[in-house]
Amino acid sequence: MDFISGSELLKLCEENHCRISEVMRQREASEFGADPEETISRMKEAYRIMKESCHKPLDEPVASIGGLIGGEAAKVRNRRRSGKSICGSMLSKAITYSLAVLEVNASMGLIVAAPTAGSSGVLPGLLLALEEEFSLDDEQIIDGLFTASAVGYLIMRNATVAGAQAGCQAEVGAASAMAAAAAAEIMGGTPKQCMDAASSAIVNLLGLVCDPVAGLVEYPCQSRNVLGASNALVCAEMALSGVEQFIPFDQTVDTMMMVGRSIPFELRETSLGGCAATEAACRKTCEIFKTK
Amino acid sequence: MPSISIFEVIGPNMVGPSSSHTAGAVAIALLVKKMFNEPIQKVEFILYGSFAKTYKGHGTDRALLGGILGFETYDLRIKNSFQLADECGLEYSFRVDEKETEVHPNTVEIHVSGEQGGTMSVRGVSLGGGKVKIIRINGIDVDFTGEYSTLVIRHLDYPGMVAYIATSLSERNVNIAFMRLFREQKGATAYSVVESDEEIPQELLDKLREHPKVEDVMLIQV
Repeated sequence: MDFISGSELLKLCEENHCRISEVMRQREASEFGADPEETISRMKEAYRIMKESCHKPLDEPVASIGGLIGGEAAKVRNRRRSGKSICGSMLSKAITYSLAVLEVNASMGLIVAAPTAGSSGVLPGLLLALEEEFSLDDEQIIDGLFTASAVGYLIMRNATVAGAQAGCQAEVGAASAMAAAAAAEIMGGTPKQCMDAASSAIVNLLGLVCDPVAGLVEYPCQSRNVLGASNALVCAEMALSGVEQFIPFDQTVDTMMMVGRSIPFELRETSLGGCAATEAACRKTCEIFKTK
Repeated sequence: MPSISIFEVIGPNMVGPSSSHTAGAVAIALLVKKMFNEPIQKVEFILYGSFAKTYKGHGTDRALLGGILGFETYDLRIKNSFQLADECGLEYSFRVDEKETEVHPNTVEIHVSGEQGGTMSVRGVSLGGGKVKIIRINGIDVDFTGEYSTLVIRHLDYPGMVAYIATSLSERNVNIAFMRLFREQKGATAYSVVESDEEIPQELLDKLREHPKVEDVMLIQV
């Protein structure tokens, strides 16, 4: 059972009366000879690491290698605890956990690239928040991760997830599409609604540039992960409400790649433009490389 | 082109901050450790392209050294690999080469020398998402990823070598997924690279070494 486009994936779901997560697990068995139980246990392990990376910096904050980030997740958590959050509990948690994973990543801690290290906060951030807010169990989240992997696979296959090739829209954009589809499936959405959510997530982030200060996976990567998670949440909400996406997933993936090609070199992970070229960033970059 | 598995999307499980500059660096160095048939005493890393420019901020140096120490991409000891290398008496150095520009952006050349006097130099590139490939061994261009069980055989370019290797494998029921021969010039040193889906038995190495034209056999077991 294999598919190379979103439309083929939806067709398989329809023919087999199953969800995206199930098609993806069957594909892993048929295309790679993977043992289905082993596949599930590997995904459980990935989710265990994801959860750990969401919690760790809340109790033990550490400075990043470049010193641009550290401690942000705890601040947002504290505000939620004080009852003052203007985002509500669900979104506030998603923000907290996405920030946290990037703190872990930037301090050489253990994370799961999903699909990249630079976008590793989006999926765990949103899914752990969902799990807690709706008292879900790990199995439901793990199904969501399989759905996310189907979306990520299609973007990797038919476009790219490399910031150096197509900007942040390819990294955080892909992660956001994966998280949107996962959230939609977990909350009872149809396969079509999952793909609509993924498609919307990409549409909303089209053109987002990759401009890391000092070339480090720290700033603005960390807050862009929060953007990816919150975008995924609103796209899933729209899809689950029956708001249909005008442009099918396969076309948004193609256009993301086309837009990526039009993004100038300076804004594709070279740290020559965007945030990285601001006065504040240049001053900080000099400081970092003087002391290191 | 091989297709993409679930765990290439949700994965690798890795020590941050970058799949190309950290996880990929670990993976290349770990392949070098596996290929070198004696304990490594001294290692020199030469960094090119983006590796040369940004290695400190991405922990690429600690990642490379971690791979030489035998750590996988998810091993938290990577963060302390300088200290751990010092403790076990491994000599290491890093050099940046910004003159050679006709290289893949994330390229490293690793020179190792061993306790028994052996030396080897390997060039690897990090392709993104933690994927890597080895592109040169001791000055000869090669091309493999280490994603399969891989035999690397250094031998003289001599008639019948490929048949000898293939027969030795088939006698032990090892199915060849890919096999390629790389050489610089006729009659000189060549590398045969055999990739298999299954585990390659250790005793096959001894059998291959029996051939007078075989100089060295390296095994990367998955």
